[in-house]
Amino acid sequence: MSFLNLSNIQKAFGPVQVVKDFNMAIEKGEFVSFLGPSGCGKTTVLRMIAGFETPTGGSITVNGKSQANLKPNQRNIGMVFQAYALFPNMNVAENVAFGLKIAGKPKAEIDARVKEMLGLIKLDHLAERYPYQMSGGQQQRVALARALAPKPQVLLLDEPLSALDAKIRVSLREEIRMIQQQLGITTVFVTHDQEEALSISDRIVVMNAGKADQIGKPAEIYNRPATRFVANFVGTLNLIEAKVVDPVANRITIGDQGVTLREPLGNVKVGDTVSLALRPEAGSTAPDAKGDTALTGEVISSNFLGSVIRTRMKVGPAVISFDMFNSPGLVPPAVGETATLRFTAGDLLIIRD
Amino acid sequence: MKSSRLLAWIAIAIGVIYFIVPLIGTFEFSLRMRRGEYTFDAYQSVFSDLQFRATFGYSMLMALLTIVFGMLLVVPTAYWVRLRLPQIRPVIEFITLLPLVIPAIVIVFGYLRLYNSSSWLPLTNTTSGTNVLLMFSYMTLSLPYMYRAVDTAMRAIDVATLTEAAESLGAKWPTIMFRCIFPNVMSGVLSGAFITFAIVMGEFTMAALLNRPAFGPYLQLVGANKAYEPSALAIIAFAITWLSMGFLQLVSRFQKTAPLKA
Repeated sequence: MSFLNLSNIQKAFGPVQVVKDFNMAIEKGEFVSFLGPSGCGKTTVLRMIAGFETPTGGSITVNGKSQANLKPNQRNIGMVFQAYALFPNMNVAENVAFGLKIAGKPKAEIDARVKEMLGLIKLDHLAERYPYQMSGGQQQRVALARALAPKPQVLLLDEPLSALDAKIRVSLREEIRMIQQQLGITTVFVTHDQEEALSISDRIVVMNAGKADQIGKPAEIYNRPATRFVANFVGTLNLIEAKVVDPVANRITIGDQGVTLREPLGNVKVGDTVSLALRPEAGSTAPDAKGDTALTGEVISSNFLGSVIRTRMKVGPAVISFDMFNSPGLVPPAVGETATLRFTAGDLLIIRD
Repeated sequence: MKSSRLLAWIAIAIGVIYFIVPLIGTFEFSLRMRRGEYTFDAYQSVFSDLQFRATFGYSMLMALLTIVFGMLLVVPTAYWVRLRLPQIRPVIEFITLLPLVIPAIVIVFGYLRLYNSSSWLPLTNTTSGTNVLLMFSYMTLSLPYMYRAVDTAMRAIDVATLTEAAESLGAKWPTIMFRCIFPNVMSGVLSGAFITFAIVMGEFTMAALLNRPAFGPYLQLVGANKAYEPSALAIIAFAITWLSMGFLQLVSRFQKTAPLKA
């Protein structure tokens, strides 16, 4: 049995069903991210694990123990909030010590644990500072130390990086991952930022309208999106409509250009329309570009974005966007020019929903 | 630009004259008890009056009790409304504003009707019962200021998230209330306390109709029977109010700079 189990979780606020049949099994020490747009129910699930919301159906167990009748203060689940939520009347050390004092730990133990936690977040020198005297990044690190100090069985992070600027966000997410691995604590991280989720998670749950659309490792989610929503939400993706010409040989046409897919087309007929997905980084028009498949079309835009050049090309009715890494010798195709995009047939994914 | 600044200065000057001149006049008159020279005789007479000490002490005590019980009523109410019942906030706001709209004399007659010696709760039967009734009357009068001061302080902190953070760390309600919320709304609590203090020290209607020896009725009594002492008392009453307002400013400044570890 997994360490944290969510079985058939339902949650409704009045007539609005915000979480529908949510199932998830999280192993001990795993880092799982709930990824989805605003209002998809990811924070609601997190709050139900913490005990701040009561599910209208289903069960939550931690280490085999049902959480149904436990109040938030009885669950031993640490939580970090988007708005830091440090107690303004307490300094850093007092904030970190708060949970330990509540648990009635002896003073010597509290002092040692506070020191250890502040060392972990590298803020030992700021123990006497008050929250208002610290930056957002520092405050969030203190909030993390405070949540970890009482040794919770699960750590919940509710969009902890959203209020921070881009640079701090990247460094802090790496720090969070490092600390999580060091302590081996089971962690659930809520975010709407796909890059964040892809970079630090063991597994990702992509949520859509209260349901888990796909659960998988970051590479699986990115490379093999199970639904159109996942394909659209995680990364940039070209969605191309194609006509089936030979279902047995997996032959389709995009505009008037034929392509043989690697993935079996499945139960379709000649003339049916199928949706295909192609990542922008999968193709290139460079002369030395490799790939067993080619599509030719007219270049309609070309934008220099620093590390990459993003080009959009019209192939029949479809517009395909692709990125090429910038290099001094690379000459991007000009607008109006006819170019050939090369890629591997295996990069064309069939979106089946 | 220049003419608008001049107009602003003229407006300020008119305001200052309107407020300061009567005050200076009162102060000057309070010093003229001895013919031909300025002395503090009127103040000496007031301070040496036993009734002044008794009524002043009584009102001080009532003010302190009103503050304590008022806070015990208002802080948990404001907290609970912000946390769990935000939808009834307009109702609470309306109720707390009522004492500003309903004259004190109407409120006190209501009390007398409800709590007289032949009612179901005959508070006016005993002195201590009447004192309790007066204290609750003062709480009602100070409610608009007290509630707003505390509610504003709560708005400045994220009450809901702080509560959840404390709960996730294992804290129960009394700990959350007294260690996480109360210290962070202290400026609001103190602001409310000083306003309440100023109101109670000068209140006349409730104390007079409930026949309690408070400072307000004493002011009226002296005013009706003596010449110079009422002016001295008026200046003293102003000083008390200003002192309260000064403390109010001081504590609201504390909140902005937050505490530095002693």
